[in-house]
Amino acid sequence: MATQQTRSLARFMMAPSVVLLLVWMVVPLALTLWFSFQQYNPLNPMRDGFVGLSNYALFYSNPAFLQSILNTLVLVVSVLLITVIGGILLALLIDQPMWGQGIVRILVISPFFVMPPVAALVWKNMIMHPQYGVFADIARFFGAQPIDWFGQHPMTAIIIIVAWQWLPFATLILLTSLQSLDGEQKEAAEMDGAGFISRFIYLTLPHMSRAITVVILIQTIFLLSVYAEILVTTNGGPGYASTNLPFLVYQKALLEFKIGQASAGGVIAVILANIVAFFAMRAVGKNLDK
Amino acid sequence: MARAVTTQHKTIATVAAWIVALLIFFPILYTIITSFKSEQEAIQGFNLIPSGTFESYAEVQAQSGYFKFFLNSVLLSVGSTILALLVAIPAAWSMAFSPTKRTKDILMWMLSTKMMPAVAVLFPIYLIFRNLGLLDSRIGLMVMLMLINLPIVVWMLYTYFREIPGEILEAARMDGASLWNEIIYVLTPMAVPGIASTMLLNIILAWNEAFWTIRLTTTDAAPLTAFISSFSSPQGLFWAKLSAASTLAIAPILIMGWFSQKQLVRGLTFGAVK
Repeated sequence: MATQQTRSLARFMMAPSVVLLLVWMVVPLALTLWFSFQQYNPLNPMRDGFVGLSNYALFYSNPAFLQSILNTLVLVVSVLLITVIGGILLALLIDQPMWGQGIVRILVISPFFVMPPVAALVWKNMIMHPQYGVFADIARFFGAQPIDWFGQHPMTAIIIIVAWQWLPFATLILLTSLQSLDGEQKEAAEMDGAGFISRFIYLTLPHMSRAITVVILIQTIFLLSVYAEILVTTNGGPGYASTNLPFLVYQKALLEFKIGQASAGGVIAVILANIVAFFAMRAVGKNLDK
Repeated sequence: MARAVTTQHKTIATVAAWIVALLIFFPILYTIITSFKSEQEAIQGFNLIPSGTFESYAEVQAQSGYFKFFLNSVLLSVGSTILALLVAIPAAWSMAFSPTKRTKDILMWMLSTKMMPAVAVLFPIYLIFRNLGLLDSRIGLMVMLMLINLPIVVWMLYTYFREIPGEILEAARMDGASLWNEIIYVLTPMAVPGIASTMLLNIILAWNEAFWTIRLTTTDAAPLTAFISSFSSPQGLFWAKLSAASTLAIAPILIMGWFSQKQLVRGLTFGAVK
């Protein structure tokens, strides 16, 4: 059907999107790569120049670097575990017949729409504050000593906040998938005498596998770049205890003006994201064919 | 044969689900409640019944000019979404109705740009914005938000447009409709629901974007994300005012979000889960 004319028209219509995204992807990345081999300090332009791989060496020898990689991975893996397992359980629960299902859904999905700085501030001050927070009130009620969450367990605190933001997303996607499960299949399995557990393992879980994959991949993209939650609560501290890779790069670039090192960190972040993206693309690509 | 559901089963499920749902919603609920307390009440320990004062809301506006930030959030999220739609609709239209062998690759590539960590390009973007005089400008940030959401907009529109039967377009063409008429009278009415859903989801995403909106603004273009982040400094620690500011920042998008649950699933899973 496609004539030469419609084909060139199609190209013309696609051009703005493609060109914009191409520029958006190539120009800043090329600059970052270039800066990563340079000594560059906006406050001290006398010492600029090509320095080879030494920015990478400096970034690597910085004790904060390994800590930040570790924190990034701990954050991603913990939040994934909590949200996927919690999401499956919650989806199974909400899928049961009940009164007020619509309102339950709305209540559960709500945290996803709360902007990250608000989520972080609310948890920091209203819930986890060692003196005025609800957790402290509860601890005192039971005669226990309130916990200084951000001083003593900064990563745990951030994991709880981020998991609270993403649990709704996992639940909503998994619930949508669960509700598309064929009712007849379920009934057949029940009539064959399959119990709840075996129905879950042999029927429900395989049916949800695609949704689970999508949840893991999409959350990983966003979790690799958690930023505002750390900025608002701990500012990466105490020390580097809750600094992840994005936060370290931000500190180097805009607080210490070590542009070369920050860019080297940025390149590492891109490599990390690409490893994840490689798997993400394959999974999403497969789903496209169906 | 309908499955027999005992009342007992339903009661247990209802109670369990409501308890869990209220626990998850609690931080939001408690913030709303605290926003109607006085500052003294707010730090006097756990209390679910506020005195019902509006003074925190008045003070948030009086001290920090809340509505300026609110207006910026509206302008940025709606503006960037409209920009993205203008660029994405032709692209998604051509991909859905005249796909080529490379269409899928282009879509995948677009998605891959979404995976670039923002922080990796923070400094180059900062430099470019500074040299172009775009720091703290609404236009600059609007373009930025348009770019980061463009892949999702193209994808969402594509999955919606693909469901419009191509035969209808061919029939219109046979009847001698020009391309322009085809777009205006045939395609647009069928595409409106999809475009509206895409718009809704992207306003939500742009409203809540909290990296570029914080880093590339100072005062003039600062939206609510930047406004709220400024409360993390010590002098901002007034519980009732913080709660009022938070409630104001999330209320509009929370309500929009409730209406867009289905679009959210579809948009954020790139059509893989419907």
